Amino acid sequence: MRPDNSVVLVHSTSHAIKAEKLMRRAGIDCKLIPVPRKLSSDCGICIRFAARDKSRAALVLAKGGIETEGIHDLAR
Amino acid sequence: MYIFVAGVILRAIVRGGESAGSRHMNTHLVYLDNAATSWPKPPDVAEAMTRFLAEVGANPGRAGHRLANESARIVYDTREAVAALFNAGDPLRVVFTRNATEAINLALKGLLDKGDHAVTTGVEHNSVMRPLRALQERGVELSVASCSPHGFVDPDAVAKAVKPGTRLIAVTHASNVVGSIAPVREIGTIARGKGLCLLIDAAQTAGALDIDMQRDNIDLLAFTGHKSLYGPMGTGGLVFGPRIDISRIEPLTRGGTGSRSEQETQPAFAPDKYESGTPNVVGLAGLLAGVRWVRARGVEHIRRNEMVLTQQCIDGLRAIDGVTVYGGLDAARQTATVSFCVAGVSVSELGLALDEDFGILCRVGLHCAPVAHRTMGTFPGGTVRFSMGAFNTKRDIDAALSAVARLAVGAGA
Repeated sequence: MRPDNSVVLVHSTSHAIKAEKLMRRAGIDCKLIPVPRKLSSDCGICIRFAARDKSRAALVLAKGGIETEGIHDLAR
Repeated sequence: MYIFVAGVILRAIVRGGESAGSRHMNTHLVYLDNAATSWPKPPDVAEAMTRFLAEVGANPGRAGHRLANESARIVYDTREAVAALFNAGDPLRVVFTRNATEAINLALKGLLDKGDHAVTTGVEHNSVMRPLRALQERGVELSVASCSPHGFVDPDAVAKAVKPGTRLIAVTHASNVVGSIAPVREIGTIARGKGLCLLIDAAQTAGALDIDMQRDNIDLLAFTGHKSLYGPMGTGGLVFGPRIDISRIEPLTRGGTGSRSEQETQPAFAPDKYESGTPNVVGLAGLLAGVRWVRARGVEHIRRNEMVLTQQCIDGLRAIDGVTVYGGLDAARQTATVSFCVAGVSVSELGLALDEDFGILCRVGLHCAPVAHRTMGTFPGGTVRFSMGAFNTKRDIDAALSAVARLAVGAGA
């Protein structure tokens, strides 16, 4: 079964806001959420989006110069 | 801009002045101290700050709830607006500080080590000179390239000061005393040709003059938010150009960043490496409104108006007997800052009389730039400085000129 949502982890809040802007500009629906504890002990925020947009999101972020700390599927 | 003073504020001013009298009832203030801080601010600035305090208020990057995220968006939007204004590239390399001074300290102390050589100029503000002199005591070598008596940096003198071991050239974009504009592009070419870092102190020019970090080869740009960007005090920053390797620049402070919380060491990436502790988001909300206002109005447009007022001020002052005006005397080569003296009367007396008797607010003395006054031959007496901003009008300059004319006659000049 395919997961509904993915999250992308980035270095900092500033990176997360930049990533959110880039993704929204590219038409990818997304939302800032606290980093799920099981993915990282970092207390920052990450960007949640539909799993079907995963490859597009990766491309948009790479083009925008955002170094990610991985894109993870969110189990429901 | 004329501020028609009324009510409580007026009474306070009248009480404060020895010569308080009814004539103050009709006096309007002429604010000519924009080189210290711009005033008034565009109404959008106070509105944005009020809106932040009333409707957002949260700590950015510390929680992840909607208000924290909104706060973080304001901070990021400000980075983006600043990066766009200076053609800086990546907004994440805009690091916010309390003011230009802190940004300059970060650049100098972060970059220079014992044994390194730095070049600066004879018109610097103490925000550059004092940290450099302190570094000198710790083994950094310093050369001060001489400037013309009118306050202009000579790029050849800068180039000649460079030697093996030089790491940085630190130059003020424009003198805070006489407004003389440095040939940044030429100095940038020198720095680039020799593989050196160029730090520009844009305290007097960010928002007032066109600044393009990529075109002009500026590696580090220190700016303040509360002067020609029309934001509030307590805002400013250091912009890192693409050639700067941030792993080689130490932060001034370390602490909580909201990122890498599991680590007890400072994050290695910008902006977090240099931004510890809760940022001044209410100030940045105001700065964002200020930068947007400047961009909407246009740096070129603001500059044109200021040049007209500056030339009017220079020419008008020079026409008054006993007045000496310093600098290049050409508005095209300076910011909207004009320094002068009146024969037979000290600058402190002049400043007091301009304020109390004429409602003209300016700054007198050495302007935190002793080396610039030595260069111009006005040390230690100092000068009177009129500095104009986007809200000043020709009538303001007329009022200031007629006040100086009356004081010069009174001084028996």
